Amino acid sequence: MDFNDTPEEAEFRAEARAFLDANAVLKSENTRTYRSRAFNPEDVALSKAWQAKKAAAGFAGFHWPKKYGGREGTQMQAIIFAQEEEKYLVPPGIFNQGVGMALPTIMSCGTQEQIDRYARPALFGEEVWCQLFSEPAAGSDLAGLRTRAAKDGDDWLINGQKVWTSNAHFSQFAMLVARSNPDVPKHQGLTFFILDMATPGVEVRRIKQISGTSNFCEVFLTDVRIPDSQRLGAVGDGWKVAMTMLANERHTVGQAEGPDFDDIFRLVKLLTLDDAPAVNDSAVREKLANWYCQAQGLKYTRLRMQTALSRGKTPGPEASIAKLVSATKLQEIAAFGVDMLGQAGAVMESETAPFDAWFQHALLYAPGKRIAGGTDEILRNIIAERVLKMPADVRVDKDMPFNKIPVGLR
Amino acid sequence: MNFDFSEDVTAMREEVNRFLTERLPTGAVRHQIESGAPMDRELWSELASMGWLGAGIPESFGGAGLGHETLCMIAEELGRALPFAPFSSSIFLAAQAILEYGSDAQKQDYLPGLADGSRIGTFALAEGNGDPSPDSVSTVFTAGKLTGKKLPVFDGAVADFAVVAARGAAGGIGLHIADLTAPGVAREHVASLDLTRPAAVVTFTAAPAEFLPLAGDWSAVTRLLDQAAILFAFEAVGGAQAALAMALDYAKSRYAFGRPLAALQALKHKLADIYVGVELARSNAYFGAWALEADAPELQAAAAAARLSANEAFFEAAKENIQVHGGMGFTWESDCHLYYRRAKQLAGNLGSARYWRNRLIDRLLTQNETEAA
Repeated sequence: MDFNDTPEEAEFRAEARAFLDANAVLKSENTRTYRSRAFNPEDVALSKAWQAKKAAAGFAGFHWPKKYGGREGTQMQAIIFAQEEEKYLVPPGIFNQGVGMALPTIMSCGTQEQIDRYARPALFGEEVWCQLFSEPAAGSDLAGLRTRAAKDGDDWLINGQKVWTSNAHFSQFAMLVARSNPDVPKHQGLTFFILDMATPGVEVRRIKQISGTSNFCEVFLTDVRIPDSQRLGAVGDGWKVAMTMLANERHTVGQAEGPDFDDIFRLVKLLTLDDAPAVNDSAVREKLANWYCQAQGLKYTRLRMQTALSRGKTPGPEASIAKLVSATKLQEIAAFGVDMLGQAGAVMESETAPFDAWFQHALLYAPGKRIAGGTDEILRNIIAERVLKMPADVRVDKDMPFNKIPVGLR
Repeated sequence: MNFDFSEDVTAMREEVNRFLTERLPTGAVRHQIESGAPMDRELWSELASMGWLGAGIPESFGGAGLGHETLCMIAEELGRALPFAPFSSSIFLAAQAILEYGSDAQKQDYLPGLADGSRIGTFALAEGNGDPSPDSVSTVFTAGKLTGKKLPVFDGAVADFAVVAARGAAGGIGLHIADLTAPGVAREHVASLDLTRPAAVVTFTAAPAEFLPLAGDWSAVTRLLDQAAILFAFEAVGGAQAALAMALDYAKSRYAFGRPLAALQALKHKLADIYVGVELARSNAYFGAWALEADAPELQAAAAAARLSANEAFFEAAKENIQVHGGMGFTWESDCHLYYRRAKQLAGNLGSARYWRNRLIDRLLTQNETEAA
């Protein structure tokens, strides 16, 4: 047992560091910021330029074929690069939906023309992609989506509404799944499309979250015309394509970001309770120890998975553990951080609230972490069904024509 | 990145697992307990002849010299199988104490016997309720003699000798080897919550004992506790995994309302949470194994995290295993109770969760100061 890179991994890490040293600045205590702000269109240019630089140097599309500009490398290389990149001040990545999810899906389900058109611009950061999946009435039950795709000559006419779309306000393209046949059971009547977001009838509105920031959009689609050449996969195969895409997402959903054990420990060390250091309070210690065990457990679970990858194995749905545990831990830590401040806990001014009111802000965004990318409940189902091999839930609507499925609150 | 057991250890795990699974089918351990025998002596000699008792003992002292990683794997398999045998007392505690703090002569004297199973050792620290602390030790060691009362001493009735914590003439706490068959030693069986880990009260009245020369003070005891905590954490992980597997098997084969219990979302979410707890505990135990093998500065924090998360995961799995089994789980014949009992024995044997949380936070505070300096 050790934590060392293999010789190949060490060589690659050195290569990655050399590239990063030459092109970016290392993070330090002086560059630390507590609050992440919403990503705005004016930041896009910076992110695009950074992506282009990485792609040109061979540090993007690690698992892509060389003929499309990729590295034909290993997933371990992608992890190592991300580990190193994380230590530098770089523009936020907005290309995961394109490079990590859309294009691999197009490569496995699309036509050669589609691959040739979209691969390089995505890899080099020229075109940003988003994902038009969730709808107001189709969240965890994605196959219940209602956006209609009706054939109209050589085109498709799209009508409906999508929601929780990250990056829609500056994306050039979207992966869209819509219902092409409501007369068959829900999984069978879906078709997948590539949508040019500049098409008339596409309206993007930003959603204001409880925190006041806007990380997501809703997208209204009114008589949006998509040429049949932009269909991805066969008519009625939309669910299969969506699953291919979500299988790629599984590798990318990670830990919920925000205050963790080290941060609550740092806060507690600054405070006193009943005229004694708060860190000596046994109720505080119980919580701290619990979060330390969880944080360490997640860290070493991640290293066990990386070991499996390094040995050429594919990580399974066990990766759901990280998201499930970290989101709840984040919410608990944020809530406890606020509680620890007592009477002024609700104050969100930086002068009173430590670390630029980080705990208060985290409290407001934490609920989203337990929902986005698979709710806690869906993740437990995934673990139960795919890891523990327990039977799937009874799905009363599974074999029913979509338009006969009862609907409630929408 | 190589954060997993080596291929050799993994191959050996299969061997250990196969042997214990075949040797101890459901009910076998319970029948042993019911027979009134003090331990499974036949199994003990088999474990010795396989070389597993001596796996962690260096070859120069009659062991196989396979190191701590192997011992951790064996601990996990033993935790799964719950053999009625004093492995943890004799190997994780007594052998480890002598290896760490004994003179060469003492190692030569005791370790080969522990490795071949001809001698059984145990560890005597506690003197009743409460957590480990120098103040809790009132047993004294003067002029080569021990006087005091130790409770509980697990496997104390079958052990040939014990490593005993006692206060020396200068007032500090040391570790001493005492022959439990010598005059001046009285031992009495006391009922144990954990049927596979019997307990005794051992009274020393000017009983002969020898000092372990390298155990200078209380920190020798806490270091031994840290090392043992990691091995016991592996036992807990093995037990938790076994309890989860039992619950899953039962939930998949038992039908209610026309479906397997395992199809009910209340059970799926319960067992998913238990799985998550076991996996986090396993990962912390792995880090403990690394720290133990490397004798890393992280040992103390790693031991606390491994122990706390493993014990929590084990009790949760053991208690919910009974719940999933319904009325059947509440019966003597179900074997569910063996894990439930073990989980609570492990939760206290080296000190309570509160004690280990305090040790963890204290350690993290000093680490922080060191880093800040």
